[in-house]
Amino acid sequence: MECAVDAQSLISMSLMKIHSSRTQRGGIKLHKNLLVSYVLRNARQLYIKEKYAEIYRMQQYEEVMAVCSGIQELDPLEPLEQQGAEDAEPEQPGRAALCGEESRAAGGREPEPPEPAYYRSCCMEDQFSQNCNKTTVLDLDTHVVTTVENGFLHQDCCCAAAAAAAPQCAPGAAARKRKVDSAGCSPDLEEPADYTAGRKRLKREECSGADCSPDASNISNLISIFGSGFSGLLSRQAELEQVCSKQALASLGAWTRAIVAF
Amino acid sequence: MAGPGGGSSDVQWCFSQVKGAMDDDVAEADIISTVEFNHTGELLATGDKGGRVVIFQQEPESKNQPQCKGEYNVYSTFQSHEPEFDYLKSLEIEEKINKIRWLPQKNAAQFLLSTNDKTIKLWKISERDKRPEGYNLKEEDGRYRDPNSVTTLRVPVLRPMDLMVEASPRRVFANAHTYHINSISVNSDHETYLSADDLRINLWHLEITDRSFNIVDIKPANMEELTEVITAAEFHPDQCNTFVYSSSKGTIRLCDMRASALCDQHAKMFEEPEDPNNRSFFSEIISSISDVKFSHSGRYMMTRDYLSVKIWDLNMETRPVETYQVHEYLRSKLCSLYENDCIFDKFECCWNGNDSVVMTGSYNNFFRMFDRDYRQDVTFEASRENSKPRSVLKPRKISTGGKRKKDEISVDSLDFNKKILHTAWHPLDNIIAVATTNNLYIFQDKLN
Repeated sequence: MECAVDAQSLISMSLMKIHSSRTQRGGIKLHKNLLVSYVLRNARQLYIKEKYAEIYRMQQYEEVMAVCSGIQELDPLEPLEQQGAEDAEPEQPGRAALCGEESRAAGGREPEPPEPAYYRSCCMEDQFSQNCNKTTVLDLDTHVVTTVENGFLHQDCCCAAAAAAAPQCAPGAAARKRKVDSAGCSPDLEEPADYTAGRKRLKREECSGADCSPDASNISNLISIFGSGFSGLLSRQAELEQVCSKQALASLGAWTRAIVAF
Repeated sequence: MAGPGGGSSDVQWCFSQVKGAMDDDVAEADIISTVEFNHTGELLATGDKGGRVVIFQQEPESKNQPQCKGEYNVYSTFQSHEPEFDYLKSLEIEEKINKIRWLPQKNAAQFLLSTNDKTIKLWKISERDKRPEGYNLKEEDGRYRDPNSVTTLRVPVLRPMDLMVEASPRRVFANAHTYHINSISVNSDHETYLSADDLRINLWHLEITDRSFNIVDIKPANMEELTEVITAAEFHPDQCNTFVYSSSKGTIRLCDMRASALCDQHAKMFEEPEDPNNRSFFSEIISSISDVKFSHSGRYMMTRDYLSVKIWDLNMETRPVETYQVHEYLRSKLCSLYENDCIFDKFECCWNGNDSVVMTGSYNNFFRMFDRDYRQDVTFEASRENSKPRSVLKPRKISTGGKRKKDEISVDSLDFNKKILHTAWHPLDNIIAVATTNNLYIFQDKLN
């Protein structure tokens, strides 16, 4: 009678329910779908927290290893660029997990707006290449959908951090988002909404094809896409993510500073 | 064995009747979707998923058996709603009857409101026991006579005939709801009524079908910001300006129509803070209120959420005055209940005539009664096995611990397909109507 109460199975169950409700007689039941979306949000929060914790642990491990190997390889007579380059490598994952504010403060190198750059830097890392997939990512803040080549694990990390980071590191964007929320139907919201609806439809078609059991990569993609809806729920979710990610970010920052200082 | 009811603990509930097919194979159209006594308790109406309404009438007490209250027999059956198709949205509109509400009787005829997801109808149920005979231009069988053959004139006379009960739709209140109607409630002024869907509540006049007033609108400007929906609404039994509506977030808002035309600002909001220890993935679902009912006195109201029944004093908004656990043993099973969709079941609840006992349904065809005065609760089962005439109902026990005593039922053996969502209590006597999936059980107090 008991079923596995893990976030991933709940997410897939909830998405199935939403999907099948579209073909139910009598039309979509608003109340039921709203309740399902709450479960989805709760499960997603836990899923992201778990993933974040896992990535944090992995990054800690990687950084420790990198620092150790850096210590061994580092010749005091090496030119600074090399040191800088080696520093950059371990620094990258650190920056990847940090919000854009810190990266802006670090060197002011802002060739692109923080979120897309941050996605790309994250993705180019080969550390997690064993889990790589071509995947679509929705920027929860700017509602821009991008397709990236590598790393599905990152994407959840990015999404979460972006959602969490948005209020802190991109105040302009956050203000824009908030304004959009309060104003209601704004033009830039409608366009990505159509686009995400299109992607949702695409995802659904793929899923309802041969095998309707979404695997892990589909789940994370659908989460990203679904993240655009029910932003009233998301704002609360973002607060929670802020709380948990702040702690993680704070400790990561300490590590990065330690590496840079060294 | 004594059970709660009627303010004394001496009530013994006995099986009286069961209506409906006996097959295990339940036709979807026969699933009962609403049960309601009229104001005198003489009539009992049921609605089903097939859009039909069946009305039972209580036989007058017989002199031979004064102990036994009259039986309920079929009085009228009619097709209230048909399936419809909304061409604009490409949506089918289910004919399932969501609610039936009786109007207080004003003349010989009976009136009730029945609603499906989109349309409310006012039905007149009238009796005909005489018919005219002796027409000049028609034969008795209805054929027209040749006018040339008419040589004399006579006045038709009314002659008695077998009782015929006719149901005719007198008003159709349509096209006022974008979302699915979940409640209707007749006002104590007997002239107006409200209808509530997921996001709006409309006020109607019983005589006027082409207009309704929107009195509550909780639709956000951006639907993506939707966080709660209206789940039930009811007018106060005495104060014609007061109504309440419950939400999916577990709150109840009381509104006063004298304050403004649009009652978006509540006069009172009833909410109990969530117990943080009970937080789970499904907290939002189980706190959603599925039914709200005023007590007959108008002093209290009762709400039903997934696991409990709460009684609220209208004078206290901060927390309910009483909370009764219906099936707390299900709290650890919420994930499975989510998987099989049972967690979305909408249980109703009802008061007895003097507001001393409340009743609600559960799974495995169990229903529960809570005596507010004696602080007792009891669980009964509606099943064909306990269906010998006038057999006393035996209280059921569910074993939650490891050891299962004799006669106890373990939680894992509960049948979640057998659910009692709809129950009704006679307004004056200890007679209850309990709907299982497709059967209607009537239980009575065994009068000593």
